[in-house]
Amino acid sequence: MLVTSSRFKERAREKLADPNLQHALRKLQGNFVRGRAERIRELDNFEDIRAAAAAIRDRALADLDLYLERFEREATARGTVVHWAETRDEVSRIVCDIARAHNVRKAVKSKSMVSEECALNEALAAAGIEAIETDLGEYILQLAHEPPSHIVAPVVHKSRDEVSDLFEQKHRRPRKSGIAELCREAREVLRPHFLTADMGISGANFIVAETGSTLIVTNEGNGRMATTLPRVHVAITGIEKVVPTLEDVATLLRLLPRSATGQSITNYVSITTGVKGREDLDGPEHFHVILVDAGRTRLLGSGMQEMLRCIRCGACMNHCPVYQSVGGHAYGWVYPGPMGSVLTPVYAGLENALDLPHASTLCNQCGVVCPVKIPLPDLMRKLREEQFARRLRPWRERLALAAWRYAAERPALYALLERVGVRFLARLGGKKRRIRRLPFGAGWTAGRDLPAPQGATFKELYWRRR
Amino acid sequence: MEGHIAARAPGPLPRVGDDPAAHFRERALALASTVDEVGSLEYVPRAVSAYLNRHSLPLAAVCWPQFAALDWNAHGVRSEARAATATDLVGITGAFCAIAETGTLVLVSGPRTPATVSLLPETHIAVVHVSRIVRNMEAAWALLRTEHSGGCPRAVTLVSGPSRTADVEQTVTLGAHGPYRVHIILIWRA
Ligand code: SF4
Repeated sequence: MLVTSSRFKERAREKLADPNLQHALRKLQGNFVRGRAERIRELDNFEDIRAAAAAIRDRALADLDLYLERFEREATARGTVVHWAETRDEVSRIVCDIARAHNVRKAVKSKSMVSEECALNEALAAAGIEAIETDLGEYILQLAHEPPSHIVAPVVHKSRDEVSDLFEQKHRRPRKSGIAELCREAREVLRPHFLTADMGISGANFIVAETGSTLIVTNEGNGRMATTLPRVHVAITGIEKVVPTLEDVATLLRLLPRSATGQSITNYVSITTGVKGREDLDGPEHFHVILVDAGRTRLLGSGMQEMLRCIRCGACMNHCPVYQSVGGHAYGWVYPGPMGSVLTPVYAGLENALDLPHASTLCNQCGVVCPVKIPLPDLMRKLREEQFARRLRPWRERLALAAWRYAAERPALYALLERVGVRFLARLGGKKRRIRRLPFGAGWTAGRDLPAPQGATFKELYWRRR
Repeated sequence: MEGHIAARAPGPLPRVGDDPAAHFRERALALASTVDEVGSLEYVPRAVSAYLNRHSLPLAAVCWPQFAALDWNAHGVRSEARAATATDLVGITGAFCAIAETGTLVLVSGPRTPATVSLLPETHIAVVHVSRIVRNMEAAWALLRTEHSGGCPRAVTLVSGPSRTADVEQTVTLGAHGPYRVHIILIWRA
């Protein structure tokens, strides 16, 4: 997927003015935030589980190479073919090669964010292979030629009416307006594709080193179809998704659906290992797993390693005041919200996403809800520092910071400036003590007033009252 | 690394009450499965027939071979033991075990337990023996390792209620790609 994160501010402005989107985002906030809170209250030892989950992810990342090798060994022993892809382009190439080798005409896809990173659908189309998204949300987006705006609820930005219009136009069936009828229609349209597809493409929420299995969580059942019916199954996943044991999976699964959608468990958890046995009546004959690096190893051992713990639950965006205001498209790549503000710069280049580490109030809601305790605000702060060090910030900001530093290193001068500044702002505030328009800060006061200080610095007050 | 894998240490476990079967039932109902209970296996066809009639569903089903010998005819149900196809409307399966903590069925694939039977039909009926209800996922994995010593079966599927989607306007709708209904029949005696 093309990175358009450099247009964050412009997009954010558009999105703030879009009443339909604002309505949808308020609803999302209500449902997911409330749902998570309720489901977490049901665990009497939530914080213990959360600490254990973070430790599981850290353990896997500390010995990532060993766990991946163990996974490969176990998977290969069961007839799975394991591929390693260093770049996003390589992923598309490998999938197309597998498709050609098995004479694949049609592929059904269950949701995979990594395949979005790789723009896989375009590559498959270019190779003459029809790829059909089957997660309802992703299917709607494919029909509408739009990117997802949330990692768990990809069409949160679309209303039921828009979906009705789209289905009527694309399916050429009488217009349906009820959500249940729309879902049934999608089921009816997609079912024949499941039954005739040669290849199923899925992501993986986790891969298990102990057993060589891949695991996906779904609610719709499309993931089960894609991993059961076609004769070839390809699972594409980031190398960081490995967990050591099935016990570790159990711990993580107590947090993932709760944090994501406020469910105690998803409808389906599908753990697939190897290929169809000789006497089995169903299951794929060929199973390929593609382990994707695409920038991930760069994070290992860096100050950003903690980000690799992410289990893609989306809680950070559901709770983020910035995401709640502008939605996912403003972020300009696959991953929105706080996790995207960290992942996009590190995967797609800091220079391509200058605004993202700043698209945060650093209120730490995300850090508080993250089930694997990723300190997202700290990571965003690190990226801001890196931007400054690499001279990627505008000259005015650099100049202002340099001036501030000059003063801050000279306490007497700093105190003097403070005294002058406080009095000046107090005058500016007038009787109402509100500053309507701040000199050099008109942007800040465009949408709100700044409360004026009362006319003396803290130190002055302190000495006076002592 | 190998040591950690071999230890298979469980994480912190949430409490499951003293009666796993009751807990299972409560959780399963909360996730929109329905639950019935019968004394023993021979009463399953009667329960199935009553359920299908209650929901005005056709009295024809595809089932796992383990149920082929039951007296379906006596209750007017036509049942065939095989993998499911696109036209089957009712699928009857057993379960490897069931998990009380979340009200979940654990299905494993194999020559006599085809995965499609619980997936393609609009109605999935699962017959589970009460003695196979375990407390949590960890206990299910332990059982899996003892009874499938040759490694993880090709597909281990955890099913917690009928398929659903909330993609359009965050409105939960039952019956997405998988079954619209999951009906669990618990058997109390061997
Ligand atoms: S950063 Fe944390 S909260 Fe955000 S998606 Fe990843 S795991 Fe979930």
